[in-house]
Amino acid sequence: MISFLSHLVNGISLGSVYAIIALGYSMVYGIAKMLNFAHGDVIMVGAYITFCATQYWGLPPVVSVLAAMLVCTVLGVVIERLAYKPLRAATSLAVLITAIGMSYFLQNAAQLIWGANPKSFPSVITLPTLSLMGGQLLISGETMVTVLANVIIMIVLTIFTSKTKMGRAMRAVSEDKGAAELMGINVNATISLTFAIGSALAAVAGVLLCSAYPALMPTTGSMPGIKAFTAAVFGGIGSIPGALVGGLLLGVIEILGKAYISMELGDAFVFAVLIIVLLVKPTGLLGKKVHEKV
Amino acid sequence: MSLLKIEDIHVFYGAIHAIKGISFEVNEDEIVTLIGANGAGKSTTLNTIAGLLKPRSGKITFDGIDLGSVPASKVVSKGMALCPEGRRIFQQMTVRENLEMGGFTRDKAEIPASLDEMFQRFPRLKEREKQIAGTLSGGEQQMLAMARALMSRPKLLMLDEPSMGLAPILVEQIFDIIKELHGSGTTILLVEQNAQMALSVADRAYVLETGKISMEGPADELLHNDAVRKAYLGS
Repeated sequence: MISFLSHLVNGISLGSVYAIIALGYSMVYGIAKMLNFAHGDVIMVGAYITFCATQYWGLPPVVSVLAAMLVCTVLGVVIERLAYKPLRAATSLAVLITAIGMSYFLQNAAQLIWGANPKSFPSVITLPTLSLMGGQLLISGETMVTVLANVIIMIVLTIFTSKTKMGRAMRAVSEDKGAAELMGINVNATISLTFAIGSALAAVAGVLLCSAYPALMPTTGSMPGIKAFTAAVFGGIGSIPGALVGGLLLGVIEILGKAYISMELGDAFVFAVLIIVLLVKPTGLLGKKVHEKV
Repeated sequence: MSLLKIEDIHVFYGAIHAIKGISFEVNEDEIVTLIGANGAGKSTTLNTIAGLLKPRSGKITFDGIDLGSVPASKVVSKGMALCPEGRRIFQQMTVRENLEMGGFTRDKAEIPASLDEMFQRFPRLKEREKQIAGTLSGGEQQMLAMARALMSRPKLLMLDEPSMGLAPILVEQIFDIIKELHGSGTTILLVEQNAQMALSVADRAYVLETGKISMEGPADELLHNDAVRKAYLGS
């Protein structure tokens, strides 16, 4: 029982990271109708910046994370402007291939700058471990911060998209770009804003991920990126609560699968979920129905 | 005085030459209608004026401003609103949110008064204020689309096929609203396949045929013109 609870806590913690990454996938998909497969690699860049900031530049943890968010925000906007914007009218396959190319570009650029050897990522979280049930169930500071960060991000984003002018503009653009333009919304600026938010969140996810799993290398973001994409599809791509639900469920499925069925097949469970969702409910758990115009 | 002036515009979709040099104008306080068959280029013309499409050549002047270099998102703040074909309301937003999007470029403080005004003009929308727009009936959606366009307080309202897909009684209602709007000082450019209705409310009309203007004149004259009756009024 105790071990189940502790696996569950680990699952929720990992799932929270997936949820934060999945948000980036989902928001960008909702607005730009494209899968930004370079998103996972922005996570890696965020983690490297945090690593450099704490280890080489001697910045305090909070400032380091903010610096990583700033760099990733700029990186996300630049990627969109240079690689995706010129393809706004192109086929979705061309955009997809470009995104995969951008992913490899970032990985190789990171390898050039920081080398291929894994770096040991120092946790930026200094919270003490919480001990429950007489010391049998331990919840690490990293886990608490990760879950809390996830909750805060979800609440803030939900309020942002429903109450603020820019947030509503994002929803309008995701529904109908042309109609949004007729309202006076600058569609390009809205798309840039979405990439900026998604990439800033990727930096946060990178820090949280590497605090829990401290080996940092150029391919660090790749697998979590793909899994978070699976989570986004699982929950319903384009939906903020979908990213939350999909991320959490996927994290729990992965950890429980690894703990009780097979350590080696952990990743296979995750992708089995993707296949099942695509077969049974392609719009995902909370996915929106696609409106057919009559 | 001419509010909108179109001079020899050419519009292409890729290699397809959709608008082949048309010129027309809309004067202040007029209702002008563009009629024509499916594919004649009516919607293309409106979308070009609104800035969603860019003409390859020609000039569009609105209220003394050359719209040539103005992006679509800046056109609405110049005083022109397009209520697009197929309504294109934001299906997943509430009625109220849709209206607020219509006032996107305006000062936040002015929005409540305009909302009240719309709810007075369209009482059905008041009843449905909190409802998700996608659940409205076709007629209600059309009213919402018109109200959304009016939220920007346009000098010129362009309506693209407002009667499309509506039952005859609703078509009457929509045209009554068009007359009311005109009565309260809004200049209207109306595109319609329902030529009978369009010509009966309009002051002047242009007939579009495969990207060119084939006829123009006072609306009641065209309404009784044999060629127009034969081609567009089915008699």
